Amino acid sequence: MKLILEKITKTFPGQKVFRDISVEVNKGQTLIINGPNGSGKTTLIKIISSLLLPTAGKVVFNYNGKDLTGSDILPYIGLVTPDLFVYDELTAFENLNFFAEVSGLVVANFEIKLAQFGLKGRGYDLVGTYSSGMKQRLKYILALMRNPPLLLLDEPMVNLDDQGKSMVEDIIKSHDGITVVTTNEKENLKYVGGREIRLGE
Amino acid sequence: MSAAGKSGLVSKTLAVLLKDLRSELRTRYAICAIIMFAVVTVVAVGFATGGITLEKDLQGILLWLVIYFASMAGIGQSFIKEEENRTSLALRLFAYPPSVYGGKYLFNLMLLFVLEIIVVPLFAMLVGLQVKCYVLFFSVLILGTIGLAGTTTIIAAIISKTSTKGVLFAVLSFPLILPLLIMAILLKRLGGVAGVNFLCSSNVCLRIFTFRLCLE
Repeated sequence: MKLILEKITKTFPGQKVFRDISVEVNKGQTLIINGPNGSGKTTLIKIISSLLLPTAGKVVFNYNGKDLTGSDILPYIGLVTPDLFVYDELTAFENLNFFAEVSGLVVANFEIKLAQFGLKGRGYDLVGTYSSGMKQRLKYILALMRNPPLLLLDEPMVNLDDQGKSMVEDIIKSHDGITVVTTNEKENLKYVGGREIRLGE
Repeated sequence: MSAAGKSGLVSKTLAVLLKDLRSELRTRYAICAIIMFAVVTVVAVGFATGGITLEKDLQGILLWLVIYFASMAGIGQSFIKEEENRTSLALRLFAYPPSVYGGKYLFNLMLLFVLEIIVVPLFAMLVGLQVKCYVLFFSVLILGTIGLAGTTTIIAAIISKTSTKGVLFAVLSFPLILPLLIMAILLKRLGGVAGVNFLCSSNVCLRIFTFRLCLE
């Protein structure tokens, strides 16, 4: 298993975000994308997850001996990002069951999962009634639902309390695939360790 | 994605349909807009033509226009709502694209059938429908609805990421649906509702089409 970024460049009209980013990350490694606001961290995560095309360069995810590019990577990623939203008008169970069904998964017991992520007893509540921290925890359950070999965490600690932050730390430590984390909070880096790309310099 | 995505396409499609139905029952996002528009239009036409028996030719045309414009008020919402509520990213990450289209198509189809269950009897009461052959009448209604739902669902998917969704939805859907409307209006004649000949019907539709073009 290997994630390869080959000379990734991204420009928006009249604005160059970053240029020629190349890196290789192997199984069990964590890649930290660091930088101030507006430096392109989320843009790079979107490019890695194939949700955004780079202006130049390519992303290759080698998994089980196959080189995957573009939208072929999508089934293998777990993504947590502030841009990810679930259905407010559905309960947590309904959301999880829906995403499991459309993914072709059968997950036996979401109650246990919810309890593991600090949402015990809240499965029948509408997600619209959740706090932002609870929604963030629900995103982690979704992201890990498919046991993704490539875990992409964009601002992973946002809206989380201390217990939530240590939960994220445990997730990153225990993930045996490739983890990519973006952060602009230097204090968070102590939890993570691993290779680092610094943007905006 | 392909092999894994294709397996269980029916169950995935039904999952999207059930999610949309559940969501719609809780928010009544589209159904209220569609039904209110249709009821107001039928009542307005009924009052405007009160006491006058409309020519059979006009009945089919008016019925399809009410169904078409009412559907425009809400049928695109299933995709647009995903963008506005920013849930489209999760859908893109987890769902197999044809199952999303299939689920939303079935949802829109059900929405249109609910609309017609309300509008057709109301139209018959307030405006008048003279039906000679009920089998043909309902066959045309069902086939026209299937076509309308299919076309508007794919257009809604296309325009959902644009900033001027409402305008684009009407502009893109009208020329695509026009042949379907002409066909449905003409076939209604066989059902005994409209007695127009092809030329007359085409002219009516052409006038509507050019009028809309001038406005937009």
